[in-house]
Amino acid sequence: MAVAVTICALALFAVIVLVVSAPLRQAAARRAGVAGAESDALQAGPWAERERLEVAREVKYREIRDAELDYRTGKLSEDDYRQLDAELRGEALQILDALEAAGVTPTDASGARSRSRRKGRRRRPSSD
Amino acid sequence: MAGLGYACLLLALGVCAYGIVASVYGVRAGRPEFSDSGRRAVYALAGVLTVAFVVLEVAFLRNDFAFNTVADTSSRTTPLFYRAAAVWSSQEGSLLLWAWLLSLWASGAVFLTRKRMRDVTAYAQAVLLGLAGFFVSLMVFYADPFATTRPAPPEGAGLDPLLRFPTMMIHPPMLYSGYTLCTIPLAFGIGALLARRVDADWIKAIRRFAFAGWLFLGIGILLGARWSYSELGWGGYWGWDAVENASLMPWLTATAFLHSLMIQEKRGMLKVWNVSLVLATGTLAIMGTFLVRSGVLNSIHAFGGATLGVPFVCLIAALIAGSIYLVVSRRDMLRSENKLDSLLSRESIFLINNLVLVGLCFVIFWGTYFPLISEAVTGHESSVGPPWFDRYTVPLALILVLLSGIGPVIAWRRASLANARRNFLVPTAVALGTAAVLLLAGLGHKPFAVTMFCCAAFVFASVGQKFYRGTRARRAMAGEPVPVALLGLVRRNRRRYGGYIVHLGIAVLFIGVAASSSFQHASELQLKPGQSTRVGAYTVRYVRPTASITPKYDRAHTGSTMALGAEVDVTKGGKHVATLNPSQGYYASQEPSQGTVGSLIGGQAVSHVAIDGGVTRDIWSAISPEIEAPALKRIVAAGNRTLGPEQAPVALLYLVRSYLKSPPPANFHFIVSPLVMWIWVGGLIVFIGGLIALWPAPSTIRARVAARARSRAPQRLARV
Repeated sequence: MAVAVTICALALFAVIVLVVSAPLRQAAARRAGVAGAESDALQAGPWAERERLEVAREVKYREIRDAELDYRTGKLSEDDYRQLDAELRGEALQILDALEAAGVTPTDASGARSRSRRKGRRRRPSSD
Repeated sequence: MAGLGYACLLLALGVCAYGIVASVYGVRAGRPEFSDSGRRAVYALAGVLTVAFVVLEVAFLRNDFAFNTVADTSSRTTPLFYRAAAVWSSQEGSLLLWAWLLSLWASGAVFLTRKRMRDVTAYAQAVLLGLAGFFVSLMVFYADPFATTRPAPPEGAGLDPLLRFPTMMIHPPMLYSGYTLCTIPLAFGIGALLARRVDADWIKAIRRFAFAGWLFLGIGILLGARWSYSELGWGGYWGWDAVENASLMPWLTATAFLHSLMIQEKRGMLKVWNVSLVLATGTLAIMGTFLVRSGVLNSIHAFGGATLGVPFVCLIAALIAGSIYLVVSRRDMLRSENKLDSLLSRESIFLINNLVLVGLCFVIFWGTYFPLISEAVTGHESSVGPPWFDRYTVPLALILVLLSGIGPVIAWRRASLANARRNFLVPTAVALGTAAVLLLAGLGHKPFAVTMFCCAAFVFASVGQKFYRGTRARRAMAGEPVPVALLGLVRRNRRRYGGYIVHLGIAVLFIGVAASSSFQHASELQLKPGQSTRVGAYTVRYVRPTASITPKYDRAHTGSTMALGAEVDVTKGGKHVATLNPSQGYYASQEPSQGTVGSLIGGQAVSHVAIDGGVTRDIWSAISPEIEAPALKRIVAAGNRTLGPEQAPVALLYLVRSYLKSPPPANFHFIVSPLVMWIWVGGLIVFIGGLIALWPAPSTIRARVAARARSRAPQRLARV
């Protein structure tokens, strides 16, 4: 019984090592195989900024939709709604411009992939 | 198998230590492969703790009494259903459940955020692994669930009979899921502060986890209340017990956060407030766990005699000090991007709602912790009871319910007075109409209850108005029939309308609380068969005694050796209403000094409450038979003298016959409470609303919405 338990524990340990070390092994293989392979750095400023802008865009779309729903359900007068809607759309355009500026200079392949995905959905309003 | 379980704990500890180092190194050195490795350590932790949990669960199911925790909290006579749940009835098992659930939820969180905010996620996974490591350390060094005794005892002590109740199967996992989910926003909040990324990104990433934590915690609290009402022999569902309060506090701050995060998402405001609420919620969740496990409390919910106080105090102190340092050191980044446009706006209502919720939390915190601190300083035991809590919490609850009706009818950013008048007209009229009807019905002597009913009526009208107008607007736009328009409205705005349904549920729940606590009739007395008494408008009569022996005939299927009870007839105005069968279950003890017969029924005696529930009222009954009656004691004594362990059950047969033939007077507790059922119905509505708000839009719908929106967005934006 003790032998079986030891074998199970060792097998579990081996699986953990394999699972946990996979990214390290892959990175080592990349470094060895492709000289100067692109690094997917964690603190790449432009990517962080783009993520922030993408979230801001989704939130702004939601705000536009919420304002429209508030207007249609009688919580906003027409004048207030027009004014608010114009403000929100102005802010949304600013975000889209900033996103465009952040998105034109992708520095790696994953960025290009996500850019192409984004291209298809960049004007999608947020949904729940 | 115990060895495998313990090996899993050691592996888990190693995984936590490695994961913390790898995550932090990865993010500090800009080496993403190490952060990825740290993320995988979270998955590995979940895997290894799953194995550990399965090992312990199998030990319980197989009655492996070599495991100390199995011997202490289970037995062969414990029904299978409850044996499976007995894992978390012990200190050790519950710590394992905590760590396991944390590892599962943490894996989900880091998996879903693996491609976003990788710097924040890396710090968050280090925090989560740190918390998990803390709980695993407690098991390794203080409370090992895999500790064994050889040779194994032939029988265990059995599960505490009070815990043999169906909701007890799911109450702890729900509560612990809530607690552990509350630590995920905490971890990401710390990650965002460390990574200096305090915009709406991290809020968006953890919103669903915060909501899920709030939902699970709420379900856990409600299941606990249901257990208290149906199982404990005092007839209440909330006693302001310190452990109950401990679970309510993070729920309140999470409720505040779920509202205020919308302000940060939309307006970039309240950053300090939000991050503080997140940190407070996570810390309060840990403090709740501390209260149960530290041994400072003598509560039915607490693990008495526990010795984990010092490690928990150290963790809580580190969390509080670290949180304060992080918020203060990042205060420049946490400045609001905007200011309130108008005091008449949803933002303002949310702010007031937040202040009320935090005020409520503070009151409960003070009432819960002050006696403990006072006792620690002065050495004198002190406590504050329900009247103290009620004095402060009732007015705050009234304001809260009213605000949950005001919020839905106020617009974001600005609401004009004319619109506000129009939107408030119907809810106010309904509330005033309700007040008039209640006062005419002669309920003016209960001002708090009447006010709560009016506030709830206001909520019904305001939420109803929102659904009506939303459906009407959708019909006008799409020309859909009413049910389709209503469904479409909710599906397209799940978060908003799910939230409104939650408000509705809270109002229903508080109606039940106000009615049952204000208009309750109770009677505690001793009756002989044939005698009757009045409880409110009802007459209850002790018809005849009832009794059963062996677990097989135990009505409640809780594994009691013997149950003595009564058949009670309830009438109103001479008409039969219900027949109730309350009983008291007697359980075997492991104390040989009680004798062969005495030990069969010498364990804990537990009330099996009988309830006739209804839409308008519950009739609740409990019985406490005189087991110490001379005739019954004589039978037990004679059995102890003359019968061996094999024949001992025969004495129980004589005991039961004697009880049925000449029953001694029994102590009864009857309660007639109006509208109690609506507490549970309200909870169910909250749960449904929560699920709607939490549930992601189906991909097909998402795609269709996206396609439609894509075609419209350019024109819409071009109008600017």
